[in-house]
Amino acid sequence: MKCENQMVLEFPSKSINESFARAAAACFAAQLDPTLDELGDIKTAVSEAVTNAIVHGYPDTIGTITLRCRILAGNVLDIVVRDKGRGIENVEQALQPMFTTGGAERSGMGFTIMESFMNELKVTSRPGRGTTVHMKRKIQKRGGQS
Amino acid sequence: MQITSFLQDKQLTIALSGEIDHHGAKATLRMVEEKIDQYMPTLCILDFRAVPFMDSSGIAVVIHTLRRMNELGGRLHLTKVPPQPEKVLRAAGIDRIVKLEGRELSHEM
Ligand SMILES: Nc1ncnc2c1ncn2[C@@H]1O[C@H](COP(=O)(O)OP(=O)(O)O)[C@@H](O)[C@H]1O
Ligand SMILES: [Mg+2]
Repeated sequence: MKCENQMVLEFPSKSINESFARAAAACFAAQLDPTLDELGDIKTAVSEAVTNAIVHGYPDTIGTITLRCRILAGNVLDIVVRDKGRGIENVEQALQPMFTTGGAERSGMGFTIMESFMNELKVTSRPGRGTTVHMKRKIQKRGGQS
Repeated sequence: MQITSFLQDKQLTIALSGEIDHHGAKATLRMVEEKIDQYMPTLCILDFRAVPFMDSSGIAVVIHTLRRMNELGGRLHLTKVPPQPEKVLRAAGIDRIVKLEGRELSHEM
C-alpha cells in the first residue's frame, strides 16, 4: 500500500514516555483531520501498546521502543509499536480479555481495548526477541470546508 | 495526578485530576486507598470530570477501589466521566459492575 507520510520515534522504555508517545502519535494523526473521538481512540491504543512494551517487554531493564506512524492511501493511519524485549510465549492467550501476567495494577484489558478501538490489530512476537504490535485505523473523511 | 476529597455523612467524594496511565496509576491508587481507609465511607464517589484521558491502567484503579469498598461493605460510584474515559470503561465492561452517574454534558446530543 502506498505510504503518503511517515514518522519514526525511538525512545527508552521509561514510563514517563507513555504520555509523550501517545501525544506524538495524535499530533501526527492530526493531518488526517480526525474527530476528537478518533484522536482519543488513537491515543488510547498507542498508550496501551507502549505501556505493554515498557511493563512486559522490558520488565527489569530499560530497552528501546520504536513507534512508527504512517499514513496510507484511503485516510488510513498505520501504527507500529516494537520492542526487542522478552516477547510473548502464547500470543493467542495474551489477547484474551483479562489475561495478564502483570501484577495487581494491570487489568489484562490492554489488547481488548486496542482491538476494539482500532480497525486492525496484529501481534507478532518471539520469546526472547521482542514484540511487534501493528494497528490500523481508518479516519473518516469529513465533508465540508477547510 | 492530584486528588481532592470531600466527606459528608459517610459519603466520600474523591475528585481525580490529570491523565491516568501506568506511569501515575500506582500513586493514584495509593492516594485513593489512603482516603478510603482514613474515612471508611459507606459510599465512595470517584469524580472524573478533570480526567481528560485514561487507558486500561485506570480500569485497574477502579477495580481495586471497588474491591476495597466491597471489603468495607460499601458502594462505589463514578461521576462526571468524560467521553474518552467512559469509552475505555465501557470497552472493559466496567459500566456493568460500577454505576456511572451524572454524565458530562458533552455526551448529550
Ligand atoms: N510487549 C510485550 N512484551 C511481552 N509481553 C507482552 C507485551 N505486550 C503484552 N504482553 C503480554 O500480554 C499480556 C496481556 O496484555 P494486556 O492485554 O495489555 O494486559 P495487561 O497489560 O494489563 O497485562 C500481558 O500481561 C503480557 O503477559
Ligand atoms: Mg497492557
